[in-house]
Amino acid sequence: MGFDRLTKGFSGLRVLKEGLTGNKGWTPHWRDPAPKPEYDIIIIGGGGHGLATAHYLASQHGITNVAVLEKGYLGGGNVGRNTTIVRANYMLPGNSEFYSHSLKLWEGLEQDLNYNVMHSQRGIINLFHSDGQRDGFARRGNQMIAQGDDAILLDRAGVQRELPYLDFDQTRFPIYGGLYHKRGGTARHDAVAWGFARSADSRGVDLIQQCEVTGIDIENGAVRGVQTTRGPIRAKKVGMVVAGRSSQVAAMAGMRLPIESHILQAFVTEGLKPCIDHVITYGMGHFYISQSDKGGLVFGGDLDMYSSYASRGNLPTAEHVVEAAMTLMPVIGKARMLRSWGGIMDMTPDGSPVIDRTHIDGLYVNCGWCYGGFKATPASGHTFAHLLATDTPHPVAKALRLDRFRTGRGILDEEASGSQHNLH
Amino acid sequence: MRIAGKGRIDRSKTVSFRFDGIQYQGFAGDTVASALLANGVRLMGRSFKYHRPRGVLTAGSEEPNALMTIGVGAGREPNVRATVQELYEGLEARSQNAFPSLNFDLLSVNDLASPFLSAGFYYKTFMWPRAFWEKLYEPAIRRAAGLGALSGEADQDRYEKAFAFCDLLIIGAGPAGLMAALVAAKSGADVILADEDAQMGGRLLADTETVDGQGGADWAASVLNELAGMDNVRLMTRTTVTGAYDQGTFGALERVSHHIARPDGRLPRETFWRIVAQRSILAAGALERPIAFRNNDRPGIMTAGAVRSYLNRWGVAPGKAVTVFANNDDAHRTALDLIAAGVHVTAVLDSRPDAQAQGDYRLIRGAQVCNSAGRKGLDAITYRTTSGEDKLATDCLAMSGGWNPTVHLTCHMNGRPEWNESMASFVPGKEAIPGMTVAGAASGRFTLHGCLTSGAEAARDALSDFGKTVADVTVPQADDTPYKVAPLWAVAGKGRAWLDFQNDVTVKDVKQAAIENFRSVEHMKRYTTQGMATDQGKNSNVAALAVLADATGRGIPETGTTTFRPPYTPVTLAALGAGSRGKGFAPERHTTSHAASVAMGAPMIEAGLWYRPSYFPRKGESNWRQSCDREVGHVRGAVGVCDVSTLGKIDIQGPDAAKLLDFAYTNVFSTLKVGRVRYGLMLREDGHVMDDGTTARLGETHFAMTTTTAAAGQVMRHLEFIAQVHHPEWDVRIMSVTEQWAQFAIAGPKSRDLVNGLVETPIDNDTWPFMACGPVRVAGIDARLFRISFSGEHAYELAVPAHYGDALFRVLVKRAEALEGGAYGMEALNVLRIEKGHITHSEIHGRTTAFDVGMERMISAKKDCIGKTMAAREGLIDDDRGQLVGLKPVGAIKKLTAGAHLYSESSEAVPANDQGYVTSVAFSPDFGHYIGLGFVRGGAARHGDRLRFVDALRGMDTVVEVCNPVFLDPEGGRARG
Amino acid sequence: MRLPCPICGDRDRREFYYQGAAVALSRPAPDADAAAWEDYVHLRENQPGDLDELWSHDAGCGAWLVVTRNTVTHAVSGAKLASEATR
Repeated sequence: MGFDRLTKGFSGLRVLKEGLTGNKGWTPHWRDPAPKPEYDIIIIGGGGHGLATAHYLASQHGITNVAVLEKGYLGGGNVGRNTTIVRANYMLPGNSEFYSHSLKLWEGLEQDLNYNVMHSQRGIINLFHSDGQRDGFARRGNQMIAQGDDAILLDRAGVQRELPYLDFDQTRFPIYGGLYHKRGGTARHDAVAWGFARSADSRGVDLIQQCEVTGIDIENGAVRGVQTTRGPIRAKKVGMVVAGRSSQVAAMAGMRLPIESHILQAFVTEGLKPCIDHVITYGMGHFYISQSDKGGLVFGGDLDMYSSYASRGNLPTAEHVVEAAMTLMPVIGKARMLRSWGGIMDMTPDGSPVIDRTHIDGLYVNCGWCYGGFKATPASGHTFAHLLATDTPHPVAKALRLDRFRTGRGILDEEASGSQHNLH
Repeated sequence: MRIAGKGRIDRSKTVSFRFDGIQYQGFAGDTVASALLANGVRLMGRSFKYHRPRGVLTAGSEEPNALMTIGVGAGREPNVRATVQELYEGLEARSQNAFPSLNFDLLSVNDLASPFLSAGFYYKTFMWPRAFWEKLYEPAIRRAAGLGALSGEADQDRYEKAFAFCDLLIIGAGPAGLMAALVAAKSGADVILADEDAQMGGRLLADTETVDGQGGADWAASVLNELAGMDNVRLMTRTTVTGAYDQGTFGALERVSHHIARPDGRLPRETFWRIVAQRSILAAGALERPIAFRNNDRPGIMTAGAVRSYLNRWGVAPGKAVTVFANNDDAHRTALDLIAAGVHVTAVLDSRPDAQAQGDYRLIRGAQVCNSAGRKGLDAITYRTTSGEDKLATDCLAMSGGWNPTVHLTCHMNGRPEWNESMASFVPGKEAIPGMTVAGAASGRFTLHGCLTSGAEAARDALSDFGKTVADVTVPQADDTPYKVAPLWAVAGKGRAWLDFQNDVTVKDVKQAAIENFRSVEHMKRYTTQGMATDQGKNSNVAALAVLADATGRGIPETGTTTFRPPYTPVTLAALGAGSRGKGFAPERHTTSHAASVAMGAPMIEAGLWYRPSYFPRKGESNWRQSCDREVGHVRGAVGVCDVSTLGKIDIQGPDAAKLLDFAYTNVFSTLKVGRVRYGLMLREDGHVMDDGTTARLGETHFAMTTTTAAAGQVMRHLEFIAQVHHPEWDVRIMSVTEQWAQFAIAGPKSRDLVNGLVETPIDNDTWPFMACGPVRVAGIDARLFRISFSGEHAYELAVPAHYGDALFRVLVKRAEALEGGAYGMEALNVLRIEKGHITHSEIHGRTTAFDVGMERMISAKKDCIGKTMAAREGLIDDDRGQLVGLKPVGAIKKLTAGAHLYSESSEAVPANDQGYVTSVAFSPDFGHYIGLGFVRGGAARHGDRLRFVDALRGMDTVVEVCNPVFLDPEGGRARG
Repeated sequence: MRLPCPICGDRDRREFYYQGAAVALSRPAPDADAAAWEDYVHLRENQPGDLDELWSHDAGCGAWLVVTRNTVTHAVSGAKLASEATR
C-alpha cells in the first residue's frame, strides 16, 4: 500500500509511538481541496457508497482524477445512521451473488483500507415462527450455500442454545428455529465511511465537502459536468450516489426514478455490559437487534411507512419496534432507549437496488438501497467503479438494472411483498 | 454534611438504604445523591473509558457520573441517575463499571494508558492479525465497555401506556411553567402541566429568590395548590416529556412507583404517555455548563447550581470548604447561599477581570482554575491569575460556565437552535415545533421576573388560539437583574480537561479530532464520542463545539451544533413496549371451534393472528403423522370436517357489485349465475398474484367472497380502493364478515350424507351440483351451503352465524365420526391440497404470476382488471420463468423438503445451474410417498424430466421427477361425483 | 402524526394505512403504452414538499383519503375523500 506504518499508516505500533510522543504526529485523514475545473469522473454524494466508489476507482482502476461532491459532511447520510448489519443472506439470484461478493470485500476491508472498521462476524440469526417461514428460510439458506456462503438451519433447541435469553414460553409467536449465518455481523458504520474516504484521498481523489450539486449539465444527450454551490465543474462521467436524495438529483437530469423516499428509524440504548452476542432478526415483528462494542443495544424495525424527507420518525413505529422487543426478549426491558434517529431511504418498488447507466451518455446511477445499503457498501462501490471505469456492468451487479420494472424481467422482490411502491 | 434548618426534606422521617452494601440513612425527600453527599460519600461511579473516580456533577436528570444500579433480582435497574432516584426505605444501590470494587478498580489502569487511548485510537489498530478481532480484541473491548448490567432475567414489572389530550401542554413546572399554567387554567383552557421532578417548582426549590416577597418555593406551593383544585388542570409530576412529534403529539414518561419501597401491585413502574396538545409551552429551564480544566472531573467538583440545589433543597453542604469558579454573576449566589447557611467559602474565582462581588466573600478576579488534586475526591485546586499560580485547599468546587437553555425538544423536528452572542448560548429557533412557544430560561429569559413574565405571555399567546378570554392574572414581582456572562469554555494548559465526563472526552481529544480533519461538528462527535453518553451531550455539547470552533478558527454559529434527537432523557424499553410482553404483542384470534378443538386435544398453531388446529390426535397415535394420515383417509374415504372460518369473508352488494368483481378478479364474474360459485384469481397492479379464492353469487346484486386467511385484510382494503379511488361512480358496498360467519368444510365421499342429515331440505347432485351455493336451514337456523372443494373430494362448506359455530362444529364432528370420518386439521388440509396441486401462499408468495401458476388463461381478454396490463410485460410471461410443477422423489432418498433447490441432473449445485425450488411437500398416504410442489424453469413443458434435488441445510441430495402438479384425480371427477 | 379524516376528525396515524402518491386517481387506459404504465406503477416524482397521497382510514371509517402532506415538515394542509377528489 505504500504506507509507512510508523509515520503515515495506521497500526498498533504507530498508536504506541504517537502515544509516547504526545499524539502530535497525527495528520488529517483527508485533505479539503478546492474543486478543480474538470475531472474525469464526478461522484455526487460523499456517503459510504460514493466514497467506496472513489476508493475502488482509484485502487482497482487507477482512475484518480475523481471528485466526490458532498453537500454536507462525509459519511453524513445513511452510512452514519444505520444499524450496522453486514450479511450475505440473500435468496434471489441477482442479489445473492452481489451480497456474497460484498461480504468477501468486507472480510479483507480493514487490510485493504488500513483502517479498523471493526467488522465483527458475530453471526446473524433470522428467527422463524411457522413451518411456512421455515420453508422460506430453507430456500434462502440453500441459495446461500449454493452461492458459496454459509448457512445453518437451527431448530428450536438450536436457537435456545445460542440465544437462551429469548422468551421461549410466553412469546406471542413461538420460536420454531432460525437461519444462522455465522459470517454475518456488524461493523462500525462511521469508520467505514472514513476508511474509504481516507484511502480515496490518499490516492489522489478530491473529497469536496459543503459542495451541493444544483444542476447537471447535459448537451446532446451526454453529460458535460455539474453545477454546484462552489461553481461549475466539468466531467466526462457523472455518477449519482445519493440514496434518499436520488429523485432530487435525477430530476436535475430530467429523470424520474422508480423511487419513493421513506423514513427508517433506528434506536440505541444506554451502554450495558455485554448481553447480546449475535445479530438477531425477528420477522414477525419487524425487529432486529445487536449490541455495539460500546455496549448500547442497537435496534430497528420497519419503515414509518409514509413518504418523507424529514430524517426523523414518529412514535407509532418506535413503539411497535420496542413492543416486538418485549415479546421476544423481555430480558432487555430495563434497558433505556437513549437516542432515536431517522434516515431517508430510497425505496424501489421491489426493494432491491439499481446500479446502471442512464439514457444520458456519461450519467450513471447507483440508488435504491432501501433499508439495506450498509452491508452493500464495498460491493456497491466496487461494482459502480467497475461500471464507471469500463462502461460494462460488473458480473455480480448485472441484475441491478434500471429497466427491470418496465420489462418485468429480473424483478428482485427479495421479501416477496410485491414490486409496487409501499409494499416493502 | 447536613445543614440544620435547610432543605425541603422531611427530617422526621429517616430512611435507611444501602450503597455497595454499606448502610446509610437519609430523609424522606432525599435523592440517593443528596443522601450520599449528606453522609460524606463523594465517590459514586467510574468513568466509561479511563475508569476515573467520579462523584455527582449535577442535581438532575442530566447527571453523567453518578449512575448506579438500583434494586436486586430480576427487577434491578442499571444506569439510574442517583440525582433523580428518590430515596425509599431499603433501597439497594450498587456502583457500576468497576471491578472488583468502586474504590479499587483494576481497569483504572486505562487512565495510565490514556496516551494510547486518544480519540479514534481503535480505528488505527487491532487490525492484525485479521482473525484476532472477533477472538481477542473485540471481546476484551466489549467487556471493558458498557455501563451497568441487565439482570439477565425477563422483566416482570408492570408498565403501562396511555393517551392524553389537552388544549395546552406545559413542559416544566418552574416559575415560567407555573405562571403559564395559572394564566391558562384560570382562562378555562384544558391544561396538562408536566415536570420530570418529584416536586414541581423547578429552580424555585433550589434557589432562595423571592416572588412577591415570599420564598419562591412557597409561592410555587401556593400556585400548585390552586392548580390542583381546578378540574381543567392535570398535574403530572415525575413525568418527563421525552419527544416532540408531528401534529402536536408528545411522548412522555411518567415514573409512577420508582420512589415507593413496596409499591401496590396495581401500580405500574412507569407509564409511557402519548399526549396530544393543540398548543404547547416549553418551560424546561436551563442547564448549567461545567468548565473544562485539567482534572476537572474529581469527585467534589460539581456545577454551582447543583451545589445550591443540594444546599437549599436537601439541606446538604457538598463540602466543608467550598470554592466557586465561574464566568458569570449567577454562580455568585452559590457563595451567598453557602455563607448564609454557615458553610465556609474559600473564595469565588471569577474568570472575568471586572467581576463584582455581591457579598462578603473573597473574590479573585480574572482567575481560572487550572488543576485539581485529590485521590478519590477533591483536596485542592490550583488557579491562575495574571500574577501567577496559586493553590487553594478545598473539598468542593462549584463551577459554572454559564447556562444553556434547554432547547432539546425544539430540535426534535429538525429545528436548529440559534446562537446568542450576549448570553453565550444557543436559544431555541423560531417556530421550531408547530404550536409550541418557549418560555422562561428555556427561551433565554434567565431572570426570575423574566421567567414569570414570559410564562404568562406564552399562555396568553396560546389562549388566543382557543378563543378563550384571558383571565386577569397579575405577574408577581421578582428579581430582574440581567444575567452577565463572559465565555470561558476551557482553561488553557497541559493535561486532560474533561468535556464529556462519562465518555472521557477531553479538550485534547476534540483538538486532535480537528487536527485529523474531523472538523465538522458531526465528525468530531462521532470521532471522539463526545455527546454520545447517556446525557446526550447536555453537559458538554456547547463547550465541545466552542473548543472545536476555536481549534478550526471558526465562530460557534458557523461550526453549528449536532442534532438533539428524542428522547430527551432515556426511556425504559419496558415502558415504550408496555403491554406487549408475552401474548400482548398481537391480538389472538380464536375461531368458534377453538374450545372444542382444544378439548379434542388438538395442538393449536398460529396462522397469522388466528389459531388453528394442527391435527386431532386419537388414542394409540404416537405422532402427528399418524393422526394426519388418518385424517387424510377420512376425507378421501369417508368424510372430514374442518373449520375454515379464518378465510376472509367479504360481503359485496349493490347494482355494480359484479363490475367490481370483474375489475378485481382476472376472470369474469358478471356472467356468474345466482346460486353458483366461481374460483377467482386476483392480481396486484404490478401483475403478480395477490390472492385467490371463491366468490358466490347469492343474488343478482349480492356476492359473498372468500379470500385466503393471510390476505383477508389486504383484499378488503384493495376492494375498497377500487370502489372509492378507481370507481367512485359505482354503486357498491363492501363489508368484511369474516367474524360474522362460522364456516366448515365437509369433505369426502360421504359428505352429502352428512349434510343431508342436517339440512331441512335434503340435497342431491341435481339440486346442488358442484359449484352450487344457496341458503339452507340447519336446525331452524338460516345457513349457507357452498359446494366447493379444496381437498378435491365431493365437498361442501356450511356457514352459520358465528354464535352457532361452536354448536355446529360439535354436531358435524359427531356425525362425521358416525360416518367413520372425523375432524381434520391443518396438516391434513395441507396434504389434501398438495395432492390436488392447489396453491396457497407458499406458491403465490408474492413473486409469482398467473403464468407461473398455470392460470394465464384465467386473465380474461374481454375486460380490464387490476394488474392485467403489467402482467403482460415480457418478463412476466417468459417461458424461462419458474412454473408450477409437481415433484416426486425417484432417487435413493424418498423424502422431500420444502426450500430445497433443484438443479439439472448431475450438474453442480451452484446458482448458475439452478432450475427451481420446492415450495410445499407432504407425505401422501394415498400414494405412499412424498410429493411436492415447486417452481421449475419452463416446468410446464418438462413433466417427466429428472432433476437433482439439493437441501444442503439438511444434508439431502437426491433426484426428483417433474410431474403434473395435480397428483390426484386430475380430471376432477371426485369433486363432481 | 395525526391526520384529519373528513368523516372522523383528527386521528392518530396508527389508524391509517399508507398507499403513497395519489397517482391511482388517474389510472392509465388498459391499452395505454408501456411508458404510461411504468409511470403509473413505478416512477415517482418524489420531490421534497407538498404531496397528494392516498391513505385509508382502516381502523376508522374505512374511507380512502387524499391527504396533502409536506414530506419535509410533515405538515398536513388538507384531506378529502378520495371518492370526491377531482380526477
